[in-house]
Amino acid sequence: MINHIDVSSMLRKSVCELYSNLVTRPTGAAVRGEIEQELDRIGDRALTVIDFSHVGLLDFSCADEIVAKLLLQYVSVDSPRREVYFVFRGISESHMDAIEAVLERHNLALVTQQADGMSHLIGIVNVDERKAWDTISRLGAGACDDVASAVGLSADAAERMLDTLWRRRLVIRYDDGYVAVGSVTIPPQATRLDA
Amino acid sequence: MTTIINVPPSLEDKSFEQVLDQIAPLPLDEKIIVDTRHTRWASPYGLTALLALAQSRVERPVLYVPEAENVSTYWSRMDFFKHAAELYELQGRVVKAKAVETSVLLEVTSISKSDDVHGVVDRIQQRAQDALVKNLNLDAKITMRFTMALSEICQNIVEHAGRGGWVAVQTYTWRIRLGGRKVVVIAVCDPGIGFRQSLESAPGFQQKDRWDDGLALEETVMRGASRFRDPGRGQGLAGVRRFVGNWDGKLSIRSGTARIAVLPKGDWDEDEPLHENLSYFPGAQVQITIPERVT
Repeated sequence: MINHIDVSSMLRKSVCELYSNLVTRPTGAAVRGEIEQELDRIGDRALTVIDFSHVGLLDFSCADEIVAKLLLQYVSVDSPRREVYFVFRGISESHMDAIEAVLERHNLALVTQQADGMSHLIGIVNVDERKAWDTISRLGAGACDDVASAVGLSADAAERMLDTLWRRRLVIRYDDGYVAVGSVTIPPQATRLDA
Repeated sequence: MTTIINVPPSLEDKSFEQVLDQIAPLPLDEKIIVDTRHTRWASPYGLTALLALAQSRVERPVLYVPEAENVSTYWSRMDFFKHAAELYELQGRVVKAKAVETSVLLEVTSISKSDDVHGVVDRIQQRAQDALVKNLNLDAKITMRFTMALSEICQNIVEHAGRGGWVAVQTYTWRIRLGGRKVVVIAVCDPGIGFRQSLESAPGFQQKDRWDDGLALEETVMRGASRFRDPGRGQGLAGVRRFVGNWDGKLSIRSGTARIAVLPKGDWDEDEPLHENLSYFPGAQVQITIPERVT
């Protein structure tokens, strides 16, 4: 199931009807709390679009609270909160400044989807991780062998690589294969959790 | 006993040191008269610092207001007297503002809680685009980044100062070098606990062999230290530093007895990176200066 969360709606719901800018740490924490409540309503395994399209300004403190701290709960190696994958949509150039800074600080990565539907990996990923993700993304879905031959890794190394990407919630694991987060077709109006 | 503090004719970050040199030796509860009668010009830093100065005193000080009508009018336009009336006993004729000052991006505004930062961001966005892009020839990309920097600096008061402070933003002509290049200046001043005491309040803080205001500023501004254990902290100032660097700007922060500066790559300013052993003043006084783009 693909869900859609409009961050500006979360802002108005949790902090103030009049605000359109995501600034200050308390605001970010309140918005994240609202997003987490929405995520609690969905199943244990879900793909969620986090939509910043209607957000004016995003400062570093808010990006840390909303983006980094949200991701940290779901990419935890030992005990992730649940198997939730995120696609970030509607990220402007100025949002990107703040988001890239907090991803770097926490050694995180995420998938963004642009207006034309193209998905990109941003944040901290090494060359092999990016190659593997690009390969899976290009193929739409693939198994370890597909990635191994495309990237030039041994089967074992490719498996470890894909497991790492899965733990980072950058690819979705299914049966014997993987799908890149963001390569799944996401309609503009996926199930709205913020209506 | 009452001491008269003479305010220089041009009041900005550097000349404000003359004010602090006169005040630092005085007991906090000594009555002072801050004499701005002969002041002809004040930067946003000068105005916000004068308010922080009054907050720092135990005894409500007297302020002799500027005698020049245009100066008084301008300070009124900046909303300085509105706030000063609550902190000072004003003496002299205050001339009311007659028109909106187009160079003022943000009048002197009180910051004490998170909502105040939202208010500042909402207000400045409406005016920043015109001022930065049309008047200073800066790329349109700067508007959001400028507001982000303003937001982060204001949040420092809410998160760290322990008491309220002030912010003001204005464009004006920089006369120190290059014969009159325009700049936009953000000034944020508070009389709170300051950088050193903030870091000292961190859990498990251990004092180094050398520990003073200068080192506290270096740790915070240059190395991203914070009193919070949360590794996500300290990014605000780092982001402000990047912003200032990207636009050939200058960031200076004074706290306690030291002032640190992140200097521009260009030659429009000739400050030193670190000043120490200044006269003590509580809290933090921040100034960001972004120059006009010259093509």
